[in-house]
Formats: sequence, structure tokens, C-alpha cells
Amino acid sequence: MAFFEMAKTALRTVLSRPATIRYPFEPAKKTLLTRGHVTIDESKCISCGTCQRKCPAQAILLNKEEKTWQIDRLRCVVCNSCIDTCPVKCLFMDTQYTAPVVSRGVDIITITYVKPVKAADKGEAQG
Amino acid sequence: MTKQIIIPFGPQHPVLPEPIHLDLVLEDEMVVEAIPSIGYIHRGFEKLVEKREFTEYVYVAERTCGICSFIHGLTYCQGIEEIMKVEVPERALYLRTIWSEYSRLHSHLLWLGLFADSFGFENLFMNAWRIRERILDVMEQTTGGRVIQGSCKIGGVRRDINGEKLAQMSKDLDSIQQELEELTNVFLRDASIKHRLKNVGVLSRDDAYSLGAAGPTARGSGVAIDLRKTGYAAYGKLNFQPAVESDGDCYARCMVRCRELFTSIDLIQQAIRKIPDGPTDVKVTGAPDGEYFTRSEQPRGELVHYLKGNGTKFLVRSRIRTPTLTNIPPLVKMLQGCELADVPVIVLSIDPCISCTER
Repeated sequence: MAFFEMAKTALRTVLSRPATIRYPFEPAKKTLLTRGHVTIDESKCISCGTCQRKCPAQAILLNKEEKTWQIDRLRCVVCNSCIDTCPVKCLFMDTQYTAPVVSRGVDIITITYVKPVKAADKGEAQG
Repeated sequence: MTKQIIIPFGPQHPVLPEPIHLDLVLEDEMVVEAIPSIGYIHRGFEKLVEKREFTEYVYVAERTCGICSFIHGLTYCQGIEEIMKVEVPERALYLRTIWSEYSRLHSHLLWLGLFADSFGFENLFMNAWRIRERILDVMEQTTGGRVIQGSCKIGGVRRDINGEKLAQMSKDLDSIQQELEELTNVFLRDASIKHRLKNVGVLSRDDAYSLGAAGPTARGSGVAIDLRKTGYAAYGKLNFQPAVESDGDCYARCMVRCRELFTSIDLIQQAIRKIPDGPTDVKVTGAPDGEYFTRSEQPRGELVHYLKGNGTKFLVRSRIRTPTLTNIPPLVKMLQGCELADVPVIVLSIDPCISCTER
């Protein structure tokens, strides 16, 4: 049976710096692997739709006709599934969390990838 | 005969982090019966298994619980690997063990904090959570997520930890161990805490066994059941003894969890020393055809996943039985005959995780 068992810890806490960060005056903790939000390099995306199929939250929608890639940030669970399965590695994880929003909406990105013309086709086109 | 009155406890109550409702039948200040009801946060995860590919369901399985998420993912992956006869690389098994034990550390520290809060010791709550933050930092540095790790996948793990980081983790654990000793000494030795917890919510060994108590609730009553002893992941290659106490009161359950913190640190240190080099995953092709019951030890007790596949990419059935569900009948037993003022402490002593329970 002991009394004042907490005294040592309490005293040290009083004399040491706070354990918390003065956010937003100091930046929040981040690591290299922190999953913040998904970004896309629209110039590399080949519109294969793997990310849409592999998304467990069904947050991604790819429109092949209009060549748009859209993501619902409030549905996205930031699991890294799309990034791991992307065959051309055009998706990346940003370590920054998305900012708070006041209404639902989707981020629509227009894909600018142009399929390179093969050497044979090129010859025909020129010839 | 004394007049009986019914006091509703929950689903919204300052001591409950998650909603569960108890109807407490009182005679004066004494609880004669407690009638539990759940169903406030059912999300239908088990049904979702039919709509998501089995490889993507890992993410869903992990989100069953916000505290022992990694172990849910691990258990699900184990089940699928057993059905598909996938040989997981040794290094992946060790990494799974390390993350499982980190999950246990953070879960037990969370519980110690909430438990301290339930008997009104807010300073201790803050101190427990300050140490927990260091554990979460390691989780984030190694997996990318603080509470939802997402590092387990069918056939291995998604991320590796390099030797340098493992050495640093081992060093950090030494200093965390010192802080934990200070913290657990307050829980186990302080006169006022001891007075508050001793002989409160007593569950006998026979009751714990027959009512199906799991995890620290069972071990606090002297039932030495620890699923880690079955040797899943890399536990079979590590040396440890489960913490068992025989008193069966809130103090015994608190003591079991305090001792388990040190067991977890020891297990991580052993795993870091023994971890072999090699690949962290194998390529998995095909789809599961068959059924399997897979079990593992969550911070709260035994977790069971039942999985059934029919050879397509979509499983036909998933059943998750979580430790809190099996700990509710023992809780009802503990509450019989206790004082009304002891109810919050007793409810917290089983470490209720209701989101898990309702899936």
C-alpha cells in the first residue's frame, strides 16, 4: 500500500514541456508514410479503371468517354489500395490530410494522357 | 420486500466510449439484475463480404474495430491463407506479430486511461494516453496509419521495416518500459485506487469459464486461456507466459492488463532479435474455395472469424465473433449484487468494444 505514488510523475510533468503540439501554430506530426490523401498524375493515367474496381469504399469513378477521374474525398478511406494496384503508378499518397469542407462534393480531374503512336503507325501516318 | 426500480444506463453515458444500454434493476442502491441490449451501431460488415472482392475485404475487416484493427485484418488474412493453402514468408509472420503486439500495447494503454477516468483519476488518464501516443507514432512511422494500419494483406504484409528502424524501435521500447513501470505502479500500488478496485465486480473462476469469458476478463479470474499460445503468426517461436490472476475482481483484471503490457514489450523485443531476412509477401492467385474458422488473441480476448468461399472472388459468408460479445454474459453476472456507484467501473473493467461487437 503506497500513498502519493503519482507525485513523482506529476512533478515531472509540471516542470517539463507540454506533450501536446500547439497546432495550428506548429505543424501537425507527419511521417514519410502517413496516408493523407490520394493524388493523381493525370498525364500518366491510361484510364484502365483498376483503381475504381479495387476501391473498397467505391470512392473512385472513372469516365472513359469524358476522360475524367473523380474521387469523393468523404467516401475515400485512404487505404492505399488504388495506389498499390495501379499498373502505371500514376497514383500517389500525399502526406497532408484534406482540409475540412462544409458540403459534399467530388474532385474531378481531366485525364490528359495521350496514347503514344507506335513506330509502324507513325510510318503509315507519314507515308 | 424492497421496492424495485429500473435505472437505464447508457447508451449515452459519460463513462461509455461506445453505446451499450443496460437496464439496471435496483433494490435501494444494490443492483439485483442487469439487462443488456445492443444494436446501436450495427454496420453490416459481414454482409459486405458478398459485395467486395476477397482481397479488398481486408480493408473492410480492419475497419470492424478502431482499436484492434490490425488484429482483425491479420485474422481475416490468416483464414483466407488457410483456405487457399498459401505459405506466408517467415519475415511477414514476424512483422505481423510485432504490429499485433504494438496494437495490444496501444489498446491496453487506452483502456488504462479510460479506466482511470471511470474512477475519476483524470491525471492518470492523461498520463496513460501520453505514453500511448509514442506507440501510435511508431505505428504511423512503420505503417502509415495511427489506428488503421492497413499493412496486412493476403500472402504477407504490405510494408517492411528496415533493420535500422527495428533497432530504434527496440531502443524506444526500453524507455517506454520505464515509463510504463511508473504508470502501472500507480494503478497497482496506490492506496485509493486499490481501495476502489479491490473486491468490486467479482467473477469466480467457474462463472468465468461457464459463461464464456475471454481474454483478460477470463485471465483475471484464473482461467489461463491465451490464444497466442496456439502459435499463430510467429508466436509459436517466441517465449512467453500469459498473465493470470485468480481474484476475479476489477483489480485483478487491471493487474492482468498491466502485466500484459510488459509481456507485449518482451514479445516485440524477442521478435526484433529473431526476425529473419527474406521476402515479406508471396503472390496469391486464384480464389478461395472452402471454409475456415480462424482464431486469434485480441487485446480483449479471443477473436473468431468464420470465412466461406465458393471459388469466386466474392466470399459467401463471413462471421465475426468478437471478445466483447462473449464478455457481456460475465458482465451481467458481475453486476448482480454490486452497488450502483460501482457500475461504471465494472462495465469498463471488461474493456467493452461495442463497435466490434455489432460489426
